[in-house]
This record gives sequence, structure tokens and C-alpha cells, in this order.
Amino acid sequence: MTTLLEVEELSKRYGGLQALARVSLSLGEREILGLIGPNGAGKTTLFAAVSGFVRPDEGRVGFAGRNVVGLPPHAISRLGLARTFQLVQPFPRLSVAENVMVGAFARHPAPRDAHRHALDVLELTRLDALATRPAHTLSVGLRKRLELARALATQPRVLLLDEVMAGLNPTEVDETVAVVRRVRDSGVAIILIEHVMAAVMQLCDRVAVLHHGELIACGAPADIARDPAVVAAYLGEEIH
Amino acid sequence: MVGGLYALIALGLTLIFGVMKIINFAHGSLMMLAMYATFWLATTFHLDPYLSLAVTVPAAFVFGYAVQRGVIAPVLNAPEHNQLLMTLGLALVLDNLALVVFKADPRTLLTAYSQSTLPIGPLRLNLPRLLAFAGAVVITALLAVVLKTTDIGKALRAAAEERDGAALVGIPVPRVYAVAFGLGTACVAAAGTMAVPFFYVSPDVGNVFVITAFVVVVLGGLGSFPGALLGGLLVGVVESLGGLYLHGSLAQIAIFALFILILLVRPDGILGTPHAA
Amino acid sequence: MLRKAGLAALLGAAVAAPAVIRSEYLIGTLILIYFFAFVGQGWNVLGGYAGQFSFGHALFFGIGAYTSSLAFIKWGVSPWLGMWLGAAVAVAVSVVTGHLSFRYGLRGAYFALVMLAFAEIFRVAATNWEWVGASFGLLVPLRGNAPMLFQFAVKRWFYYVILAMLLMATAGVARLQRSRLGYEMVAVRENEAAAAALGIDAYRVKLIAMALSAGITALGGTFYAQYFSYVDPTIGFGSANSIEILLRPIIGGAGTIWGPLLGSVVLGVLGEITRGFVKAYAGLHLVLYGVILMVAVVFLPHGVMGLWRRH
Repeated sequence: MTTLLEVEELSKRYGGLQALARVSLSLGEREILGLIGPNGAGKTTLFAAVSGFVRPDEGRVGFAGRNVVGLPPHAISRLGLARTFQLVQPFPRLSVAENVMVGAFARHPAPRDAHRHALDVLELTRLDALATRPAHTLSVGLRKRLELARALATQPRVLLLDEVMAGLNPTEVDETVAVVRRVRDSGVAIILIEHVMAAVMQLCDRVAVLHHGELIACGAPADIARDPAVVAAYLGEEIH
Repeated sequence: MVGGLYALIALGLTLIFGVMKIINFAHGSLMMLAMYATFWLATTFHLDPYLSLAVTVPAAFVFGYAVQRGVIAPVLNAPEHNQLLMTLGLALVLDNLALVVFKADPRTLLTAYSQSTLPIGPLRLNLPRLLAFAGAVVITALLAVVLKTTDIGKALRAAAEERDGAALVGIPVPRVYAVAFGLGTACVAAAGTMAVPFFYVSPDVGNVFVITAFVVVVLGGLGSFPGALLGGLLVGVVESLGGLYLHGSLAQIAIFALFILILLVRPDGILGTPHAA
Repeated sequence: MLRKAGLAALLGAAVAAPAVIRSEYLIGTLILIYFFAFVGQGWNVLGGYAGQFSFGHALFFGIGAYTSSLAFIKWGVSPWLGMWLGAAVAVAVSVVTGHLSFRYGLRGAYFALVMLAFAEIFRVAATNWEWVGASFGLLVPLRGNAPMLFQFAVKRWFYYVILAMLLMATAGVARLQRSRLGYEMVAVRENEAAAAALGIDAYRVKLIAMALSAGITALGGTFYAQYFSYVDPTIGFGSANSIEILLRPIIGGAGTIWGPLLGSVVLGVLGEITRGFVKAYAGLHLVLYGVILMVAVVFLPHGVMGLWRRH
């Protein structure tokens, strides 16, 4: 299996807080990697550092044949690495289809092509019925799906999904699990931050566990669930 | 010497910004109103400008309180640009009402001491300017004491730090905001009243001072009280130096250039605490 | 279809208006409505679509007015050419101001203030510079009826010029709104971080918006100078002018194609209705504008256009 994304020894410190401590990870083609850990473990910081929103203090991120640390977020996105935000950020005054179109412009400069591609993505993510609705009228669950669709529209090779299932009801979780699978089958590698453990166990090929900014375990989902270090990390923490 | 007045105006501006995160474009208009009030009290009731402080400052507080309640409160949760537009609209209304009522011609109040000077060392200082400076220092010190020691002062500082947190511990945030706007207005009114003995009054006079006050607060850091003082003095110095070396109103360019420079390089000001974007 | 027919009828009425309306005064009113809609459209590109509120657009207006007038007075260059010179200068200046502001991530109130300061610098500089007429300003020498020099004996021709300019600006913005750049501007306005995550270079998008906006506004400046044959530092670069420029698009609906025109019509009509009082009291119309602005901010946060867009 070829490696698409290679995170090496990434560190980030905020004042006295070590948000990331020499974290190394790799992501292979068509792989779904789960990223779990208690709140404040550094998961979102890792996404921000990989996608260029936060500059890490040390380490490198190998993607598309180069080190992308130091590149601005838009440049990393254009190389084929897309992300969603934990707090969804749709463009509220644009319609659902237009939101996705903004992402589609990355590979389809002509508005007509971008629109067509956006409709394809909406179909893949099962949002096609809502295409003309203004984004701010969607429920939280659908907004999360829209966020995913918009990132997907940039036709990334690697997709970072930050808690796209948090706050969804069980039916919505099942739908989103199916959507994520379809996305992977279309040839995209995915890293997934998620607290919904059932979804993690179903979806992920491997799971990585962060605790206090350190990578404490990484392996097959079943092994991770039995790993004593992981269990210890979650003890005393609320299990979501 | 005018630096003291700038500092006082800036203090009002920074108080409002610090607590409410609103840049008050109507600040100059409020100053202009106070100047007209002073002028009117002097010509109609022969009230000395310095004595009229006892009228204009409390009146300004009440006016500011009411304006916040009636005009600013409805947009507190609106996007930032709508808040800006609100104070801009207020400025338009106040300035042009003044234009309608008082006409455009500048008026000057001549007092017995308008031209008096006081010899201090080798310098001869204009008495009203000196008094304005002293008054600005006293009022600033008073305000500092109020903010440090009184309950309302503590509430103001708490609301400035953390709006939701302040509300949680039972501070009546809407009232605190109105008090902040009232105090800010009172500051600028005091500055306006003390400027009357040596400066003309006209409907757009506020702009003369307030654009400079913007420079002062940005220089010192929006929301920072010591910053407003330091900025005021600094701008006062830059202005007088600019006046020495540059011809006429070109000195203003030095101030604006300084302003832009600070905004670009250190938008949080010299003493402001940088915050994440 | 209905929409197209409606637009065609409006356009027909606008073209036929001078033939029907005999009153020079009324034509003058329409000219000003179109004129403010035009410069408002310029502001709208940056403030409405890209979401960067400039409180100093008089900067570009003044550059347009001064450049074409100076080129005519000093070198005899026709203002028809001068207006494009003015636009070019304004674009160049806007790239500098835009680069400085956006490179450092300036936004919101800070950006508004810095634009105000830039305009003030130009105003003070113009006031002190003899070559550009200092505080007296510039009188455009009158050559009678000289269409080649952007001068007309009757107002009707000014009417058609500004109508054509407005049509072009409106059509341009309509095209922009449906283009990739237009969507990118809106994305940057609505959420800069999300836009960046989708591969949009916010700095570049804002800079282009600023340049387009400056160019359009500068063309309006030349029209103003030719129509009134006069410009001075306060008219050109003053903060009152900056406010006039942003008022109409805000009230009509920032970030919409028809917002600037709608806002201009609303203020124009209100101005006419209250003209009786307004004449007696200089400044009263601005009080009215201020009240309208405040009411609009509270009750129509998306302008008049927001009324039927909301649903």
C-alpha cells in the first residue's frame, strides 16, 4: 500500500500546554484512519497543523511529494487535502448547492462545470433533495453533511473529518457512515476524528489514540479497544 | 498640552470599546454636543465653562446611558459592521441636527482668560490649555479610582473581560453596558467643555478631535486605559513636532501616517494585549 | 421570462425618460440617483460581495475626479480618456492600500478605520498642494457643448452617459455574481477560514475585489467632476463623501445586484418628498439619511432587498 500522507514528529505548544508531542502517523491509499482520544487530547490541533491553519513548532507533514508545513491553508487544499471543521462553518447566505459549488471551483473553474460537479457530490452525500435550500435553514445534522460534501467537492485525495457525527441521531449516524464508506470507495483516504465509537469500530481500518498530545496507540480497532494504555487514558474521562 | 484632551477623549472611546467591543463613530458628535451646551450655558446663563462641567458631565452621562439603551442595545448581537453603521448613523443625525439648529458658522467663546498665559520656566503656556490638561489628568485619575474600587467599576471590568461569564455571576450586563457608554460620553463631554475656552465650536468640530482620538486609542491599544493616556501624550507630541517641521495641516498627515503604521504593524496597540484572530 | 420582461420595460422607461420629462430639474434628480447607484455599485463589490466594509471610498472617488480633471487642465487630455487614467491610478493605489491591509489580516472595524485614514491623508495632501488647486480645488474649464471633452450643453446627455455607466456596472456585477470570482468573494465574506479550507486564497480575492471596486468608483469620480465642473478636497476625499458612497448599497442591500440602485431610488425619492423642509434647513436631509440608516440596520439588516430574499 502506498502512503499518501506522512506526519512526522509533529509538535505544537500553546504556552504551557503541549498540544502535540512528536506525533507521527501515516495514511495509506483508500484507508480510513480513526483518531480518538479524550477531549483536549490534541486531535483538532493535529488537523489544524496538517491542513495549514496552525503552524507546528516542529516536525513535517509529507503530502503530494513535499513537506507542506508552512504552506497557507488554501495551497494545501489545492494540493488535494480537504478538511471539515468541528464547529460547522457553512456559508449561511448561499444555498446548499452553491456551498458545494464553492468547493467544486477548485477543480472546475467554469461555473457550469462546477455546478454539475456540485450536483454529483450532493447525490453522493444524499443531499440532492435540499440543493436549493439556504444553508442556514438546515439542521445541525444536515449542516455537518453539507460540510462534508463541500470538502469532498474539492476532489481531495485525503479528507480530514472532524466529528461529522457528533450530535446526530442514530439514523443520521447510519446515513453518514454509509456516505463516508461511499466516499472511501470513490478513492479518497480519510482521517476521522470521532467520539461515536460504534461508527469508529464499523468504519476504520486502523485507529490512532491521542492523549495529552501524545500518540499512545495505533492499530486495528479491536486491538485498540483492549489496549491497557487506551483504557487507562479514558478512565476518569466521560465516555462519549 | 492638547495631548491631555486627546487622552480624555480616547479614554471615553476606549472605555466603550473595551466593554462593548464597539467602535463609537458618534464619539465626536457627542463631544460637539457638549461644546454647544457649554457655549449656550455661558452665553445664556453666563456660566463659566469650568463651572458648567458640573452640568455637562452628568447630563452627558444620562444622555449616553439613554443612547446606549435606545440605539446601541438593539444591535449588540448584530454583526460588527452593523454596529459600526449604527454609530455612524447616530453621528450623521447628531452632526446634522446641530447644523440645522446652530448653522455651520464656527463660534468662539471669549473669556477673560482665553488669551492668558502662564510663565513656566522659559515657556509661556496658554492658561485654558493648561487647565484642560490638568482637568484631563484629574478626571482620568478619578475614573481610574472608580474602576478600581467601586462595585460598578469592578462590574465594568468584568464585563469587559468576559461578557458571558459576567452574566453568569449575576452582573446585569445590559445595565453595565449602558453605564460604560454613559461614562464614555461623560469623558468626551468633559473634554469638549474644557476645550471651549480655546477652541471654536461648530457642528463638525468633533471630527477634528475624534479622528485624532481614533489614532490615540489604536496607538495605545483599543480597550487599554493606560494605552489611551500614553497614546494621547504621544500624539500630542507628534502633532506639535509635526507643526514645527511641517507646514500647516500637513502635520495631520504625520498623525494619519502614524495611525496607519500602527494599525498595520500592531493593530492591538503598544499596550494592548494581542488576541488570536 | 417575467423577470426579463420587467427589466426590459424598466430599461425602456429609463431610455425614454428624457423625451417625456421636460423638467431639467427632474432629469437632474435622476442623474444623481443613477450616479449614486453607480458609485454605490463600486463600493458594493468590495463591501457587499467581499464583505470588506470601507469607510474611505472617497479615496478612489477623489482620485478619479482629480486625475481626469488635472489631465484635462494641465495637458488637455479629454476626460473620456482621463476617466480611464483615473481608474488606473485608483486601481494602483487600491492595490497598495489593499496589500497593506489584507497582508496583515486587517478586517472589520480596523479595515474601515484604515481606509478612512488613507482617504484623510489624500484630503490633507490635496488641501496643501498648490499644483492640484489646494483647498480651492479644481474648476474644469467649460468649452460649451463639447461631447468629445465630456461636456454637454443639455443635461439629457449627461443622463444617457450615467445611465450607460450604470447599466454596464450593473451588468458587470450580475456577471461577477455568477462567476467563480463572485462565489469566492461571497465565501470569503461569509467565512474566511472555511473559504481557505476549500482552496480559496482570501488575500488574492480581497485584493481583486478592492481593485475592481476602486476602478468603478473612480470612473464615478470623473463623471461627478464633469457634471459639476468642479472638485475640491472635501468633495473629493472627505469622509462625508465616503459615507454618501456606502449609504445607498447598505440601505438597498449590500451584496445584491440591485441593492445600490434600490437604495439610491429610496433615498432619492425621500429626498424629493422632504425637499420643502430640507431647503429651509441645510443638513436636514443628512439627518434623515442617518435615521434611515439606523432604522435599516435594526429592521432591515440585509437592506430593502432582504425583504423579499428572506423567504
